Parts: sequence; structure tokens; C-alpha cells
Amino acid sequence: MSTVNARSPGEAAGDGQETALAAVEARVQESLRQRTARARRAALGYPILVVVLIVLLWEYGTRAAGVPPFILPPPTLIAQSLIAHWSMVLHHGWATLVEILLGFGLSVLIGVPLAMAIFLWPAFSRSVYPLLVSSQAVPKVAVAPLFVVWFGFGLLPKVLIAFLIAFFPIVINTAVGLESIEREKILLARSMGLSALDTFFKIRLPSALPTVFGGMKIAITLAVVGAVVGEFVGGEEGLGYVLLTANGSMDTPLLFAGVIALTVVGVALYLLVELAERLAIPHAALRQQARGGETA
Amino acid sequence: MQHDAILPAAPAQSPDDVLIDIDRVTQVYAGVGSAVRALDRVSMQARRGEFISIVGPSGCGKSTLMMIAAGLLPASAGTVRVAGRVVDRPQTDLGIVFQSPVLLEWRTALENVMLQAEARRLPAADAERRARSLLTAVGLAGFEHKYPHELSGGMRQRVSICRALVHTPPQLLMDEPFGALDALTRDQLVLDLQELWQTERMTVLFVTHSIAEAVFLSDRIIVMTPRPGRIAREIGVDLPRPRTLAMRDSAVFHAVSREITDFFLEQGVLRERAAGLSR
Ligand SMILES: Nc1ncnc2c1ncn2[C@@H]1O[C@H](COP(=O)(O)OP(=O)(O)O)[C@@H](O)[C@H]1O
Ligand SMILES: [Mg+2]
Repeated sequence: MSTVNARSPGEAAGDGQETALAAVEARVQESLRQRTARARRAALGYPILVVVLIVLLWEYGTRAAGVPPFILPPPTLIAQSLIAHWSMVLHHGWATLVEILLGFGLSVLIGVPLAMAIFLWPAFSRSVYPLLVSSQAVPKVAVAPLFVVWFGFGLLPKVLIAFLIAFFPIVINTAVGLESIEREKILLARSMGLSALDTFFKIRLPSALPTVFGGMKIAITLAVVGAVVGEFVGGEEGLGYVLLTANGSMDTPLLFAGVIALTVVGVALYLLVELAERLAIPHAALRQQARGGETA
Repeated sequence: MQHDAILPAAPAQSPDDVLIDIDRVTQVYAGVGSAVRALDRVSMQARRGEFISIVGPSGCGKSTLMMIAAGLLPASAGTVRVAGRVVDRPQTDLGIVFQSPVLLEWRTALENVMLQAEARRLPAADAERRARSLLTAVGLAGFEHKYPHELSGGMRQRVSICRALVHTPPQLLMDEPFGALDALTRDQLVLDLQELWQTERMTVLFVTHSIAEAVFLSDRIIVMTPRPGRIAREIGVDLPRPRTLAMRDSAVFHAVSREITDFFLEQGVLRERAAGLSR
């Protein structure tokens, strides 16, 4: 009785109520759109604003305080140096990029299968895993000179150092990702008669992907460090070498220019890994969900 | 005990009428200090097409029994036979639904259901037709191409039920499938499940700790004791099918609920607050 009564006025009003509700809906939707647009502008706008402020402060601060350029050059001087040495920076930047990509590629190519082996063969895991972990206690920077002794001043020692630093987070994250799958997923696969191979490639590996990419993002930034360390120790190519020579000749603006070039390379490569992640895991919600899984 | 009384009755049934035959299954988990006795000589049988609920307090071994019945866990002692064959490896001739939907996040609703068909290499076109019709039957028409994160909890569980049925298995094992859902969604899913069961006629083992769900859905309810789980009672539910929500107010429904509740009170699984309040 009472429910019928409660409903009938709404039905009687019909169209009038419906249009009123539609108007409210339009207003709510519109305000949401405005809010998200504002948030997006802020997300881009504020960092730019902060950078501009810092640059201005830096420029006028150093000039006003009379800081000598070989200690802290103002941004305009750095820009001039960057423009003057443009082709040289590009040449050495390319060399560094190649070292990073080879080192990183190697760490993925070796790290992911190694993690699979660790996961699949417990005996292997028990023998290799402790070694792997303790190897991380060895400061790789300290090993770099040894690599020069063994492999000379060419590309190889740099790639190897980049690889050595980068591959650990890939191995660990991949192993953790493979390990930490929901138990029910595996039980389900067994009850469906899915073969071990199919279970691995159709269920376990895709489940681990977000964590694997988490490791790769850490690895790519570490590979940059590895390559530069390699260049510091020996050789005559790469942005690390540019930094060393600029340092030797007290050319601080060029030193800064080199650091900026390295930063650009690092950020670009990070974004590239993120793009690959986006292609491999198309759904933002899934990437988000795995964010907590990033270790190290 | 009651289950001792049931054992001699088993041969009286026509043997091919029984699909699932659980015979004195005992499970002991090795523990750090002492072992955990999860199941103690549990024997029960399910006839073809029967809907059986297993009710018992948390930790009494319901999930364990389900895993053993599915062949996913070897029993410490005792045997499970399905259609006369001893289960000694994971059974594939069944569908399983867990408390969580266990969907693959990177597959759409339809693709998740189709995983079952892919694993069994069923003809794709036929399987897809059946998958779509199952999804429609549980009210998911129009959601076939949604990803799990775009679906509500109840919808996800519906997808998981469809996945468990797409290959028309003779048995469906469900372990507290509606435990994580809100009351209204549960009611709807219970109704949907009844309808699916009436068209598909598979044997269902339905683990729940909801007495109302068990009474509503089952032909027979198996009541378990606290750990170590033993079968305490088997109660037939003599209500006509299809059952309606209104039947929850019927005398039979009340009598069965009452019997189970009283048993749990007696066992100390349920406690009424003060002595003055009871009765
Ligand atoms: N893998 C395991 N190892 C040790 N003990 C377990 C394991 N699985 C379950 N148990 C124990 O066995 C008992 C029964 O568990 P379970 O079958 O999950 O009960 P239910 O599903 O009825 O809640 C519980 O006390 C639980 O702690
Ligand atoms: Mg359980």
C-alpha cells in the first residue's frame, strides 16, 4: 500500500520531473568536466611554474651575488655552452644512449629468463638466489676499474657495468611477480586441464607483467648511472667523458650542459619504458593496481 | 554418529545414480607445533543432478573438503570417487567457483568465460555461443566486452559462474561463492543460480555459512561440526521447485533453519548472550 502511494506521485509528474533531473545531471557532469580540466592544467602548469621560478631565481641570484661562473654559472651561460657544443654533446650523448640501451636490453634479456629459472627450478633458486643477493653488496662502482683492465676502454665495459647495475631489480621484480599470483588462479587452471606451459604463459606471466615493468622502470634509471660510471673510469666517449673533461678544464657551464643532456636521456628512456608498459598493459586501472608491487 | 548411520545405506542406492562418493575422507595438516585435524572421516554422496549444501562454522574444513573433492588436494586418508572412478589427480570434469571471482584482469568478461573453452580446446564458435547465452542468463547481456575492473563485485562473480559452466560440466563446486557480496546481490545470485541449476541439472556442492542460502537452494544440507569437521546431520529440504523468496517464510523453511541453528547453538558455534534471553 504505502509503496504504491510513494511511487505514484513520481509517475504522475512524469516528464516534468524527468527534465528537472536531466538538468541537474547536466550541471553535475559539466562541473566534473571543469574540475578534471582544471586538475589537468594544474598538473602540467605548477611544475612548469616552479621550474621557471627556480631558473629566474638562479639567473638573477647568481648575477646579483656575483657568484663566479666556474662555481655556479647562470642558466643563460649554460644554454650558450649547450648551443656552442651542440654537435659534440649530441655525438657523446648518442654514445651514452647506445651503452644504456645495450646494458638495459641485456639486463632484460638475461634478468627475465633468470627470474623464470629461479621460479621454475627450486634447486636452482636455492643455489643462485643467495649468490645473487650477496652480489648486490659488492659496490659495482668499485668493480668498474677492474672491467677496464679486463675489457679495455671500448663499449663493452660500459655496457657490462650498466647491465650489472640494472639487472638486479628486473630479476627480483620478475621473480616476485611470478611468485605472488593468487593461489586460486593456479587451482582454477589445473581444474580446467590447462597445461603447465599454458598456465605459465597465459596466466602466471601476464599476472606478473605489472611488477616486471615496475622493475624495468627502476632498471632503466640505474642503467644510466652504470653507463656514466663506466665512462668515468675509462674511454674517450660518452657524456660521462664530457663531464670529466669539462671538469678538468674548469668549464662548469659545459659540465652543467652535460648533466642536462644526461637528464634528458634518462627521462626520455623512462618515458619509453612507460610507453612500452602502456602498450603491454592497456588498462590504466591494472597498472595502478600493481603500483604497490614495485619493490626495491 | 550420524554419518555412521548413513554408510550402510550407500549400497542400497543404485550405484550409477551416485556421481560424487566421498568415503571416510580425513585431512590432517602438518603444523609447526602440532598437526591440525581439519576433517575427520567425512563420508557423503551426491546423486546426479542433486543440489547439496555444506554448512559449518568457519575453519571446520569445508574448503578443504571441496579441494579434496576437486582432486586439487590429496586427502590424508579416505577416497573420493566420481562416477565410480577414484580421484587421484585434479579433476577436469567440473566447474569451480571460489569466494573471489578469480578473473584474469586483462581479459574481458567474455574472454574470461572463454578461457575455459580454450583450455579444453572446445570448438570456438559453439563455445562462444554458449558463453554469450550464459552471460545473458545471469543478466550480463551488454557487458560481454567489459573488463573485470569495470564490473561490480556481483557481476564479476556471475562471470566466474558462467566460466564454471561453459563446458557443461556434470558437477559444479562452489566455495562460499556469495560470501563477499551484499545481501540484495546475494538474493539475486541465489535466484539466478537456482535457475541455472534447473536448466543445466548439474550436481552442485555448495559450501556456505549462510543457513538461509543453504535452505533456499538445496535438496539436501550437510551440517558439519566445528574442527575437526565431521558430518553431524544431513537434512533434506522438502520445498517445491522453483523456490521463491516468499518461501523463506514457509513452515518448512523455518523448521530446517531452526534445526541447523539449534545444532550450532548446541555445539557452541552460536551463543545467545544471556541465559535469561534464550527461550
Ligand atoms: N594449507 C594449510 N595448512 C595448514 N592448515 C590449514 C591449511 N589449510 C587449512 N588449514 C586449517 O584447516 C582448517 C580448515 O580449513 P578450511 O578448510 O579452510 O575451513 P573452512 O573452509 O571451513 O573455513 C582450518 O583450521 C585451517 O586453519
Ligand atoms: Mg573456506
